[in-house]
Amino acid sequence: MKKILVLGATSGIAQACVRLYAARGASLYLVARNAQNLQAVAQDAATRGAARAEAEALDLDDFEAHGPLVARAEAALGGLDGVLLAHGVLGDQAACERDFAPTRAVLTTNLLGPVSLLTHLANRFEAQRKGTLVVISSVAGDRGRQSNYVYGTSKGGLSVFLQGLRNRLSRSGVAVVTVKPGFVDTPMTAGVKKNALFATPEQVARGIVKAAERGSDVVYLPGFWRLIMFVIRCVPERLFKRLKL
Amino acid sequence: MSKALQSWGRYPRVTQRAHPLVWVGEPLPQGLQGPLLPYGQGRSYGDSCLNPGGTVLTTAGLDRFLGFDPASGVLTCEAGVTLEDILRLATWQGWFLPVTPGTKFVSVGGAIANDVHGKNHHRMGTFGRHVRRFELLRSDGRRLVCSPTENADWYAATIGGLGLTGVILWAEVQLRRMSNPYIQQDTLPFANLDGFFQAAAESDADFEYTVAWVDCLSRGRKLGRGLYFRGNHAPPQFDALPLAKSHLSRKGGLSVPFDLPSFTLNRLTVAAFNALYYGKNRLGAGKTHLTHYDPFFYPLDSVHAWNRIYGRRGFLQFQCVVPHEVGGGAMREILERIAASRLASFLAVLKKFGSAPSPGLLSFPRPGVTLALDFANAGERTYRLFHELERVTREAGGAVYPAKDARMEPETFQASFPQVGAFARFVDPAFSSAFWRRVKGADAAAAAR
Repeated sequence: MKKILVLGATSGIAQACVRLYAARGASLYLVARNAQNLQAVAQDAATRGAARAEAEALDLDDFEAHGPLVARAEAALGGLDGVLLAHGVLGDQAACERDFAPTRAVLTTNLLGPVSLLTHLANRFEAQRKGTLVVISSVAGDRGRQSNYVYGTSKGGLSVFLQGLRNRLSRSGVAVVTVKPGFVDTPMTAGVKKNALFATPEQVARGIVKAAERGSDVVYLPGFWRLIMFVIRCVPERLFKRLKL
Repeated sequence: MSKALQSWGRYPRVTQRAHPLVWVGEPLPQGLQGPLLPYGQGRSYGDSCLNPGGTVLTTAGLDRFLGFDPASGVLTCEAGVTLEDILRLATWQGWFLPVTPGTKFVSVGGAIANDVHGKNHHRMGTFGRHVRRFELLRSDGRRLVCSPTENADWYAATIGGLGLTGVILWAEVQLRRMSNPYIQQDTLPFANLDGFFQAAAESDADFEYTVAWVDCLSRGRKLGRGLYFRGNHAPPQFDALPLAKSHLSRKGGLSVPFDLPSFTLNRLTVAAFNALYYGKNRLGAGKTHLTHYDPFFYPLDSVHAWNRIYGRRGFLQFQCVVPHEVGGGAMREILERIAASRLASFLAVLKKFGSAPSPGLLSFPRPGVTLALDFANAGERTYRLFHELERVTREAGGAVYPAKDARMEPETFQASFPQVGAFARFVDPAFSSAFWRRVKGADAAAAAR
């Protein structure tokens, strides 16, 4: 990936990826909501060696803006061969249980927004018959659990959408990489108590860059999560529903 | 979020809350517990980076570069960027830190707040001299861009200001040119303290980097024997040696995975080490050799978490400077007291500071001779020795270094930093530290609560 659109560029994982791509001299089109924070990320990327680091502040919940955004990014970089979709919110599970409005906000940002963006991007990549779509999903999407099933739903839905997209685009030579990080020590999880399972954004970013290079299908990061989630998926529902997870 | 953040000496142990700062543009959150204090990489040795009962604002997330001009060497970065990050960015482009302390794992904000110095103090002065501008965020939301010409009083108070004037958000630093990552180094053994002063007199004019290691267990005629290290950046004919990035990523290295038991470091083991180290280097003396900057400047960084060799009780550093006029006498007395105490210091470092003035009101370096030592924490015996060393320093008209201090008395602090009255006006009313409360004598009041 040399000409990369990064959606949600101020997220902890995206920033760590941006640094790796910048050091390789990639051209980047960075998108996030907060203009000032985004500017800092773009300046950091440019200083670390990015050939270009364009920044566009945009609220990605505005679906109407998606088509023009993709067109602008493509025009600015002279084409696109990679996308890192990394925007998302953790949400507040307790609030989501009381009320649908926060639930809808999580689903809008984490599922509908990506589906809209990926529809635009998939069509372009399919037409150019090359490129890599890297999308951050989550291990939380592998099985619904009481502690964060609304976030899990958004990521589970996204993972299934990516499965279908991968199936559709494989004949066009376009790679769709589903990234399923476990716990990552980022601003998103600032309020969560840390334990030994937490990875650094840098560790996860290195895994993402490698997976994108290989055109992997589904990667768990760090890799031990593949085993953990396998076990968790294997627990029979009759038993699982009684667990406090 | 509560987290056990410690100082590098791991003494004293305190409980404090941590709040991460991630974006330069965001205001400080309201309603944090207790007084505030910025916390970078926690490489201060004593209690100047600790805030028991309060909240430390951690700056590790403020780690973005905001610009670098490879033509002029001006680097702009957020305050949490470490000196290691800067070296990785700049050395392969032909630029180096103007001043570096003995570890590269410090943040830029910390380097400013402690106005750190290095082996080239006699040429380049302190780190603060090379800071062109920075932005300071106060607890009332005010943002001040400070430089020698804008908000110059805040600039002077914040350099060496121990994080008490507010949070430094970003800074602009002037790097220095270098031809390649190599240093031409040679080693000069000296038999006693007079030998050190002779070596310094012969070397300071011709060498940018000078520092001496002292065997602080030797006594009598050998008092103050040691090794004088001196070096310069290798000249451009070494350009053929690649400025490649591969030189910078010395991966891995050793690490101390757990606290060593306290018997591993005692007078005998240190004496044996000192004798071996002195003997080995005396043999190779006089030969100039090329060395990569990394082991030259940061020998200890290759052993991660080396502070654990001192065991669970941690260790204390003592660094003082005494004026040139009394330097010989006071240093002799200090070394005699250390040798007599039979407490062993592994790392005893002696250096002559130059006369380049620090911009900071509370900067530690000043013309004179400086000695830095570390001691395993042996409780009262150690504290008594520190008390004596502090008194000798004070009577010689010298100063004790806050970044390395955990024990100095309010009286010594006042005597070391006569400008503290002027400085105190710039302290943010919401900010404090364990160090500040101690040297201001507020400790007793806090203990009584």
